[in-house]
Amino acid sequence: MTRRNTNSLWFLLLCALSIVFLAPIVIVLYNSLKGQFYISGAPFAFPNAQTFSGLKNYVNGVEKIRFFQAFGYSLFITVFSVGAIVLFTSMTAWYLVRVKSWFTSALYYLFVFSMIVPFQMVMFTMSKTINVLRLDNPVGLVVVYLGFGAGLSVFLFAGFIRGVPLEIEEAAVIDGSGPVQTFFQIVFPILRPTAITVAILNAMWIWNDYLLPYLSIGSKYRTIPVAVQYLQGGYGSRDMGALMAMLILAIIPIIVFYLVCQKYIIRGVVAGAVKG
Amino acid sequence: MNKTLKKYFPLFVIPTLAAFLIAFLIPFLMGFYLSFTEFTTVSNARWVGLGNYKRAITANRDFVNALWFTVRFTVLSVITINVLGFFLALLLTRDIRGTNLFRTVFFMPNLIGGIVLGYIWQLIINGVLMHFGVDITFSAKYGFWGLVILMNWQMVGYMMIIYIAGIQNIPGELNEAAAIDGATPLQTLRHVTIPMVAPSTTICTFLTLTNSFKLFDQNLALTAGAPGRESAMLALDIYNTFYGRIGYEGVGQAKAVIFFLMVALIAFAQLYLTRSREVEQ
Repeated sequence: MTRRNTNSLWFLLLCALSIVFLAPIVIVLYNSLKGQFYISGAPFAFPNAQTFSGLKNYVNGVEKIRFFQAFGYSLFITVFSVGAIVLFTSMTAWYLVRVKSWFTSALYYLFVFSMIVPFQMVMFTMSKTINVLRLDNPVGLVVVYLGFGAGLSVFLFAGFIRGVPLEIEEAAVIDGSGPVQTFFQIVFPILRPTAITVAILNAMWIWNDYLLPYLSIGSKYRTIPVAVQYLQGGYGSRDMGALMAMLILAIIPIIVFYLVCQKYIIRGVVAGAVKG
Repeated sequence: MNKTLKKYFPLFVIPTLAAFLIAFLIPFLMGFYLSFTEFTTVSNARWVGLGNYKRAITANRDFVNALWFTVRFTVLSVITINVLGFFLALLLTRDIRGTNLFRTVFFMPNLIGGIVLGYIWQLIINGVLMHFGVDITFSAKYGFWGLVILMNWQMVGYMMIIYIAGIQNIPGELNEAAAIDGATPLQTLRHVTIPMVAPSTTICTFLTLTNSFKLFDQNLALTAGAPGRESAMLALDIYNTFYGRIGYEGVGQAKAVIFFLMVALIAFAQLYLTRSREVEQ
């Protein structure tokens, strides 16, 4: 068999696999257009004249879980947390790398150590701390994400900064600029690739995070994952139609974001994986 | 520079450090301490020594069951995800039409959150099991295989991306040399490609290992532990212990500490393996 022939065989296999990968989403998509009582009984059947219900599930679902409000909370928390993480942890990482003392290296290792601690270890005590400090609102959650995301982000920034030659910064100092100017005019622009990696990795995590927002602010403010889980209700009594529709609405922003920033996302996860 | 910068500690470090203390360090230390106490609201903690640790293992079989379920799930997921991810990476580094599009499709599920993934697969798996007159809550076996399938769907594309980067880093001369020596494609795979992507394999193994071991959202949405608590993994069992029953908070915290120690052990194994490989090179 020639190479060309084997390649067409592989091509067909890849096409088949792509269908397998996309099928679950497509199935949920067309089920979201069926009446809620026609879903569990025949999930693979296409909608027909009898079962088709138009956008009714979407209207129901959006109302039930107040989807757009949830979208707003998710967006607010993700954007501001990622912004705070990129800004503050890059500053911290620069300080920890450039100021050498036992204290800065102890702090650095403390940040690195936090990366290996699973959320369950601090789940209960963190949500109590959040309550006591009145951080149980979207703004407070930005502080919490900054703290919990600091480990990986400081680690990634510090790894990059170690490779940045000191001469560049020293030249700026000789020209009379202070640390703040040096950081924002010289160092931060150089950190751009790592800043994108840090932003992508944290955005993916925070946008999809369920347990932290559920435990800390879930009773008052529902992010998208918390709102979707809320729809579950008691087993058997839930509105399957609304669930299907909300799954689709939850996926759409992610797919749009992915298609727009694909290059950065893929580069980001590779860089994050290699260093993490 | 060093001396001037030193004075800027409040501006450069305090914001991150304050958030870190609130969100991580204080809860971590408190959690460690509370695992040795009996409490319901933190302020009423009463020292009980190792009592919670004993109860975590002996009070009922939930924790041991969850551990066994998690270990079996993790081993199987790590193997299947890495084999499939590597296989896809091999295909997508040949000159086949549309590799970019395939890469886009295979990676996409990775971005979808665990809760949403869980409900997508619950629909699909229940739809298939319906033909056998059961659903996913019927036996922990179904929950187990459901989670393995879900995890593969989510992670294969991610590992594929890392393996692709590894394969593309192999110097072209190595493959040419193998071809000149008359190596068959299988021999090249075995003696050139697989050894050369070993660093990627280490990364992927540990990424899938920790992600599978710590799995929570997918587990909660797909089965929530049903039937009973038989398909609950460690993270879900800890959650259930904390919030399922009053008076078990200390036991939940003790389980969380054990869980943390296991995750830390995996992380140190990774560090050790990566370091020793770097020395070899």
